[in-house]
Amino acid sequence: MVYLTRKIEFSAAHRYHNPDFSAEENRRIFGKCNYPNGHGHNYVLEVTVGGETDPATGMVLDLQELKDLLDREVMDRMDHRSLNHEVAELAGCIPTCENVAAVIWELLAPKIRRGKLARVRLWESPDLYVDCYGDGGGW
Amino acid sequence: MRLELTRRYAFAASHRLHSPRLSPAENQRIYGKCNNPYGHGHNYVAEVTVTGPLDPATGMIAHLGELDRFVARQVLEPFDHRNLNEDLPAFRDRVPTTENLCIEIFQRLQPFPGARLVRIRLEETGRNSFEYAGEPGGSQT
Repeated sequence: MVYLTRKIEFSAAHRYHNPDFSAEENRRIFGKCNYPNGHGHNYVLEVTVGGETDPATGMVLDLQELKDLLDREVMDRMDHRSLNHEVAELAGCIPTCENVAAVIWELLAPKIRRGKLARVRLWESPDLYVDCYGDGGGW
Repeated sequence: MRLELTRRYAFAASHRLHSPRLSPAENQRIYGKCNNPYGHGHNYVAEVTVTGPLDPATGMIAHLGELDRFVARQVLEPFDHRNLNEDLPAFRDRVPTTENLCIEIFQRLQPFPGARLVRIRLEETGRNSFEYAGEPGGSQT
């Protein structure tokens, strides 16, 4: 098994707010992330696919194919968007790094045609990231 | 859906690698520059990884503010700008290698009440890093 990782960057806005909480609770729990008009990050996404190399090409999967998939599923959907208002898959949930990573996993996993999605690592800032392994045991 | 959250924390500290079980010549041979008598220091970066179910009300594994406060109290306040050999009882009779420091940090953070600690990855410099995830079965060294 060989693992291949592709890294992309996208910028997006978000705000943490749970309508079931009072204004005070939202402020206490989410802090600055609850400011009314939102804020944003430069997200860095590392997508890792594991598989056996194709003897004819020496590749796990075609990098161009992975790049196109990431453009279509992640960049077109999330880059320079509001995660709260413009990403249907996140509707009704708080766009934490955990939830965004899980949504990206769900979007990508069924569409990887060679190899298997092994890990989605989403950096929200240089000192915070979330790893998603789907339902697998990791690598 | 298995999710892990990792937060990076920086602290600076000095140490000296010297084992009382070894002769001066052996200490010098094994630890090299790290055995120089007055110690030296590093900018350490500790990556703290936790896991657990997402709280449906917040969408979070752990409340970051709670994790930050716990790490500050357990690790950053006692370690930052300290001499690991002199200021930390854990290293009175253990050499403060980054391996041992990684284990010490794991043990100090394992009681975090907000999520389950998975592992510590400790960077001693930009080129050296060490990881500790506890012992199989949950016991610790």
